[in-house]
Formats: sequence, structure tokens, C-alpha cells
Amino acid sequence: MMNFEGGDSMESVNLDPGQQAYDYRSALSGTSLSGETHPLALSQEDFSLKEAHDPYVNSEEKSSIRNTGVDIAVEPPSYADAIFTPYMGGSGSLQELGGSSRSLYSSNGSVEFITITVNHPQKEQENGSSLVPGANTFFTYLIITQTNMPEYGGTDFTVRRRFRDVVALADRLAEAFRGYFIPPRPDKSIVESQVMHKLEFIEQRRLSLEKYLGRLANHPVLRKSEELRIFLQSQGKLPLTPSIDMASRMLDGAAQLPRQLFGESSVMIPQEASQPAKGGRDLVRLFKEMKQSFTNDWGSAKPLVVEEDKEFLEKKEKLQDLEHELNEASQQAELLVKAQQEDGEVVGELGLALIKLAKFEIEEATQSAQKVHALDLKRIATAAVKASRFYREANAQSVKHLDHLHEYLGMMQAVHAAFYDRSNALLTLQTLLSDLSSMNNRVEKLSAASSKVFGGDKSRNRKIEELKESIKVTTEACELSQKEYDQIKERNRAEFNRFESERQRDFFYMLKGFIHTQVGYAEKIAHVWKKVADEANESPNKALDLPISGSVAIS
Amino acid sequence: MSVSSSSHHSDHSYILNSPGAMASRQRSSLRGTSSLSPVAPDQQYLSISVTDPVKLGMGVQAYISYRVTTKTNMEDYRGVEKMVIRRYSDFAWLHERLSEKYKGIFIPPLPEKSAVEKFRFSAEFIEVRRRALDVFLHRIASHPQLRFSEDLRNFLQADEEIWAMERARSQEGTLFKKKPSDFMQIFKDVQSKVSDVVLGKEKPLEESNPDYEKLKHYILELEEHLGESQKQAFRVVKRHRELGQALSEFGRAVKSLGDCEGGSLGKAFSGLGGRSEFLSYKLQNQAQDLLMNFEEPLKEYMRTVQSIKVVMGDRAQAFRQQQELSEATKLKEINLEKLRLVRPDRVAEAEIELREMRVQCDEATRRFEEIVKRMQKELVRFQEDKTHDLGLAFHDFAEGQAQLANDTADAWRTLLPDLESWSQVAENNGI
Repeated sequence: MMNFEGGDSMESVNLDPGQQAYDYRSALSGTSLSGETHPLALSQEDFSLKEAHDPYVNSEEKSSIRNTGVDIAVEPPSYADAIFTPYMGGSGSLQELGGSSRSLYSSNGSVEFITITVNHPQKEQENGSSLVPGANTFFTYLIITQTNMPEYGGTDFTVRRRFRDVVALADRLAEAFRGYFIPPRPDKSIVESQVMHKLEFIEQRRLSLEKYLGRLANHPVLRKSEELRIFLQSQGKLPLTPSIDMASRMLDGAAQLPRQLFGESSVMIPQEASQPAKGGRDLVRLFKEMKQSFTNDWGSAKPLVVEEDKEFLEKKEKLQDLEHELNEASQQAELLVKAQQEDGEVVGELGLALIKLAKFEIEEATQSAQKVHALDLKRIATAAVKASRFYREANAQSVKHLDHLHEYLGMMQAVHAAFYDRSNALLTLQTLLSDLSSMNNRVEKLSAASSKVFGGDKSRNRKIEELKESIKVTTEACELSQKEYDQIKERNRAEFNRFESERQRDFFYMLKGFIHTQVGYAEKIAHVWKKVADEANESPNKALDLPISGSVAIS
Repeated sequence: MSVSSSSHHSDHSYILNSPGAMASRQRSSLRGTSSLSPVAPDQQYLSISVTDPVKLGMGVQAYISYRVTTKTNMEDYRGVEKMVIRRYSDFAWLHERLSEKYKGIFIPPLPEKSAVEKFRFSAEFIEVRRRALDVFLHRIASHPQLRFSEDLRNFLQADEEIWAMERARSQEGTLFKKKPSDFMQIFKDVQSKVSDVVLGKEKPLEESNPDYEKLKHYILELEEHLGESQKQAFRVVKRHRELGQALSEFGRAVKSLGDCEGGSLGKAFSGLGGRSEFLSYKLQNQAQDLLMNFEEPLKEYMRTVQSIKVVMGDRAQAFRQQQELSEATKLKEINLEKLRLVRPDRVAEAEIELREMRVQCDEATRRFEEIVKRMQKELVRFQEDKTHDLGLAFHDFAEGQAQLANDTADAWRTLLPDLESWSQVAENNGI
């Protein structure tokens, strides 16, 4: 784990104005490893040398970074430091000083940015809590936002939030933005927090929160959302109501049920009707939709509206394949990184053992030839230690690059949710249409029966009137539901395209970054070894069998 | 640096004292075993190679046999070229014989007896052992004294039936035959202990030679350092292999991802995957190279240090014997004087005994001094060999690592221009 300097704000970088809309990049500088007490750790000298060469080191002024592809003449390690953080960058992990900076073009063509940092976790206690001290403690995090977005009406905001607030935010976004690929929030991880050391857990959570908010800030639609703004701005308790938990929803639903069964409030508010039947809140509707879905699956009659969009089905299948491949690649990437780390370590340890051997032989040498060779060995051993350091650095960079694979794997969750929104909306629509259809049938039947009765059938006619009312409401609800469904479909489509293009860009960046790192460090390492091998080449046969004065003569 | 794990002879170029180099060496302690030397010492060659391991026998009795080919112009050898079949226990026999007969000389070490059962017939184990046996014979053939050993000649030349007989005979011999001096020794141990008490003297059990003490410390410390280095070298081999494996798997997964993505990005991923697989192959090769040309030499010198310790043990024993016999002689002298006064009839007998004792004592002294002298020369030789052999091994290690890093850089670098154009295509497609 890297050490962080909490509270340092991060520089954001303005774009080259020659970019298209939605073509955003921010180049972040990666500072090198800090303060690890590893026997093979960088010396201060190495550290400062690296900074001197690094054109992308933190500077106060906002430098514009040319995004014209890779300049191979640039010394690779410093290029590798300038890690391009695209959409899914998970920026929190990519630069040690925290913060996620996003720049986007607004519709009027000016550059918008928003930077969010999460820091300073702090223990707090629930007010008015029990007699037991220490109960109901929780952690809050300081969230600092810097932005020039007009919707925010200001440039800097600081709030304290707890994890529950984040859950609320995520839930509200999921409700309000159905059909969008909404970045998944960090897990609740109850079990893990018991097992993990508390501090580690808090740090991991802080990091994941920062990443999450960064992803939200990167989403062209979500970044403009009321919900996010409220979360980032409003002081004190978060005014977003969290989702009601299942239990109370069920109770709510149970309370409503008798009324529904007795036919009282069969009138639904159309708006509500077009929303998904949230678990428990509307039991009757839930049952209806379940029944509809069974009919869809097992019934002989086709539902009235089906998912006909072949294009969508193809895309869906492709994404499923992609997910499978991503999963595999992500796993192998992790294993690779681990193997690289271990490989680098043992080279270093071999170097240390050989240094000891060399020193020993230098001391005990009785012939100058021995001493010469021992000195060679010492140089070789030192090279091994140096190479090992480079391996470690290269690996740390690789981790950052390959992280994109993990990121996109995580995003598949969002894709699933968005497609789920779509199928839910479809199901609702189908259910309503089916309702409508059956109500119309009943009206027909009642009318037919009623007309056979001489003078009209008062009770039947009354029922017919009631049904007609219901039909009117349900028709409205159908229309709204259709609108909702269409909207979700459109959002799916747009998001899919955005996902495709961003994924392409991000993966190209990942590949370039990764390969540049590999090239750069391999060259450095080769140079270290070559130098030593060449030096050894010069000395071996200078061996004169001369005793060294003062050394031990063999008896 | 090329990896030559071939089973042809003399691929251990790192060993300094090959017969061809004899001419340039200044040491000339070559003694012919006969006064007639048809070939001048610096023209003699004895070239041995161990090749073609073959599994013979069935089940528990199965073993590996090796082909031992000798080319020589040394006299006492029948003909210029000879080939025989030998197994590990035959080599072990030779090693033991040499250890018995050449006290004070660092007998070249054998590779270890087989470890885990199922590993015994793995290709790698067999190859490593074959090489070590090859080096073993090569070192013997290069040794100024050992190369003239009769046991060596038998080992290299005897046909199967004769060889079987020879081994059976020598085994019996070692079981039942004991040198007269050994019996005397047992007897004298008892005597000396008594005389200690009588004489009230501290018997020195070890040499009090400060230089030799230093040497012993040196050898022990060297053993530690070599052991540590060898252990780490082994770990590097292991991790290199594991990394190679991981690269291969990663390459495969990434290629698969590329197929799924398709288009320019797909090509880019395929490129990445292909390079990974290529580097995996390079890394596995490097691991093999390290095993054979870096770890094995370190191991071999570890074993050599063990054989030095054996010689140190022999020297200590010879010293003790010499001391004890010397004590016993003195006692006999004292006794003799007593007898002259008290029991003149016993004097003659005592004089004979004393004479015998003196002969024994001289013999022991001679043996001890020979060991000391030999050790001195051997240590010089050891240091030279070690300096050269390990120097080369370390140097090759550095070269190998440099080569690997260069290959890695090249492989990745060649991908960059394509990567650039693919990403350009993707951008142009307005994605």
C-alpha cells in the first residue's frame, strides 16, 4: 500500500481545446514510491533524479498536455508516470495524492471540471445513543469538491459524509436514472470489516469512495444530477432519504393489501404505476408482474410487447462474452503482477547473498586474481539489487495500467443493472397492457350480458362504469409506462455506444502505458546488466598469481 | 549466451583445468607411473564424457545407465578410444576408492544420491545428474595425481563381466580386510589413555596451527556463503519459471479478450498476448540456463567444500594417530630403560617392540605430512579453479540477464508502432 499525504489537493489539467465534445482526458502525474522500508528501496538519490526528468511532475500551474499519442523519444519511465486517466480511470489508485479530477465539455463548449477528494476519516458517535459507551460509532469522511460547473453555484465545497449516505446516494441515482450505466458503489463488506484490521479497512473504504465519486463525476449525465450535487454540497445531515429497507416496505405493502383486495383503492396514480413494483411496496402489483413474467416464459400466448430489438440482443450477448473474457484477463493480470513481483524480489535477494559472498572473498583473497574476480562479483551482485529495484518499480506501474481491466469488469455490474432496468420496464408495460386487455374483455362480457337483461342491469352497468374508470387510468399508466420504457431503451443505446468508445480509448491507453513501461524498464535493466558484464569482460584474464601482502598464507 | 544442455561431452567450458590447458599451466607435478613415457607429459590427454542416459530394469529395480566414453593417449590405457556402460553406484564406488587411496587430495564430488522417489526419473533430474557425473570424471582426468589412478583405469575400461567381478572383489575386501595399523591403533588407543593418566600430560588432539585454524574458518564460512547463494539461485530459477507460466496464461487470456473485442483493439490485444507468450518462452529458457550454468556450478563447489571438509577430517585423524603413536613410542622407551635395570631378560623383546613402534610412528608421521603437503597444493588449485569457474558462471549470469532484458525490451518495442496505428484507426473510426 502506498502512503498518502492526506488532504493535498490534486492538480487538474485543462484540455487541448482542439478536442471533440465528450473527448476528455486528464493526465495525472504519478509520484514515485514513498517511504517504504524495504531493504531494496530506492535511495533518495534515485528519487530526486527521477523527478528531475519527469516533465509531468506536480506543478502549480495547469499545464496543458498534448494528447497527440505517444512520443517514443520521451524517456519511457517518465512517460509511464504520466498516466492517462480516462473515464474509468479509478484515479484514486493512480496517483498518490488523492482526488479525482474530471474535465468535460459542457454543451456551450467551455471546459467544465469537477474534482472530488475523500480524506480524513474520523470516528463519530450516534447522538442520543445508549448507555453503553462506544456503541453506535461510525466513521465519516471529509469530501472536498472543487468545480466550475454552473449548477453548483460556487467553486469549493466541503462536507462530511458516512457510508450510509453513499448508499442513499447510490439508491436514489438508481431510481432516478434507470437505463444508464451507473457506476456501482463500493460494497458494504460487513464480514470483511470484522476480519480486516480496522485501519486497513477504513483506508480501503476511503479509497473506494473516492474512486466511486470520481466515476460519477465522469459520467456526462450523472455529474449534473441533483442527487450528486446535494450529496457534495449540503451541509449537515444528508437530505436524501435512503431507500427504505425491505422489511418496512413489506409492512407498507401489507398495510395496503387489504384495501386493494377489497377493491377500494384500485385507482393507482399513473406515475406510480409506471415505476417498478418496488419490493413489497405494492404486493398486488408485484404478484401481477410475477404472473406476467411467468406467462411470458411459459404461456402459449405471446405478450403484447416483446423485446424485438435484435440489435439490442446482439449487443447484450456480446457484452456477456466480453464480461467472461474480461474476467479471465483480469484474473490472469493479477497473477502476472504477483509473479512479477516475486521474481523481482528473489533477484534482489540473490544479489544480497552474492554481495556477502563477494565481500567475504575480497577479505580472504590471497591472490590478486581472486580479489579481482571478487570485485567483479560484487559489481554483478550490486547490479542484481539495482535490477530488482527496477522490477519493483515497473511492477508498480503495471499494476496501475492493468487496473483498467478490473475497472471495466466492475462496470459490467452497471451494465447488468441498466439492462435489468430495461427488462423491468418492459415487464411493467406488459403487465399493464395485459391488465388493460383483460379489463376491456370484462367490459365486453358485462356489456353483452347486460344488454340481454331487459331495462338494463343496474349492478352490471355500475361495474362497467367502474371498469371504464380503471381502464382510463390504466391507459394513462400504459402510456407513461411506454414512455418510460422507450426512454430506458434510448438510454441503454446511448450508454452502450459511450461504453464502447470509452472502453476502446481506455484500453488503448492501458496498452500503450503498459507496454511503454515494460520497454522503458527492460531497457534500464538491460543497461545495468550489460555495463557490469562488460566490466567483467575486461578483467578476467588479467590474473597474475601474486600474493597479496598481509594475507593468510595457506599452510 | 546460448543454452547448451546437450549431452555431448565437455560442455562445461567453465572448467579451467581441462587437459588442453595443461600446457599453459605452471604446475608440473605430473608423475608418470612408469619410467617409460611414450608420450611427453604435456602431450598427454585424457578426455572422458558421460552421455546417453538410459532407463533400465523394471519397477523398484529400475535405474539409469550412462555411456562413458574415453579418448586418451596415456599409456597403461588399452587403445585410444573406449566406451563402457556405468551406473551411479559405479561412480560412487570409484569415488570411495579414490577417497581411500589419495588422502589429502580433494576428491571431486559426486552429485547427490537421488532424493524423492518420483523425481528420480524426471528428465531434468537425469540431465542434471549426467552433467554432474561428466564434470566429476573430467575433474579427475584433469587432476595431476588422480588421473593416473588404477581404479580410474578400470572404471573407464573394464568390460561388463570383468567390471562386475572387480566390484564384487573390492567390496569383499573393504568389508573384511583391515590394515594391520588399524588393529594396532585400537590397541594403542587403550594404551594411550592409560599413559595419559600415568604421565599426567595433556594430549593434544588437534593441531595448534594458527594458519590452519584460519583456513578451517575460511572453509566453513565459504560453505555458508556458497550455500546461501545457491539457495537464492534456486529460488530465482523457480520464480523465473513461475513468471514464465503466468506470462503464458496472461497472453492466452488477453488474446481471447482480443478475439472478443475485434477490430483494431482486438488486434492490439492479440499483439500483447502474442508478445507475452513469446517472452514466456524466453523466460523459461533463461530459467533452464540459470539452472545448468549458474546454480549447478554453485552446487558443485558446495560439494567440493564438503570434500575439503572430509580431507580436513582425514588430516585431523592422521594428526591424532601420529600423536598417539609418538606418545606410545616414548612410553616404550621409558619402559625399556626400566627393564634394563629390572628385567634384563625382557630387554631384547622390548627393543624389538620399540623398533616396530618407531617404524609405525614414522609411518604415521609420514602420512600426516603427506596430507599436509598435498592439502597445500590442493588449496592453491582449488582457489584457482573456483575463481575461474565461478567467475565465469557469474559473468554468464550477468550476460544472460542482460540478454533477457534486451529481448524483453525489443519484443515490446516492436509492438509500439503497430499499437500506434491501430489506436489511430480506432480514433478515426470516430468511436
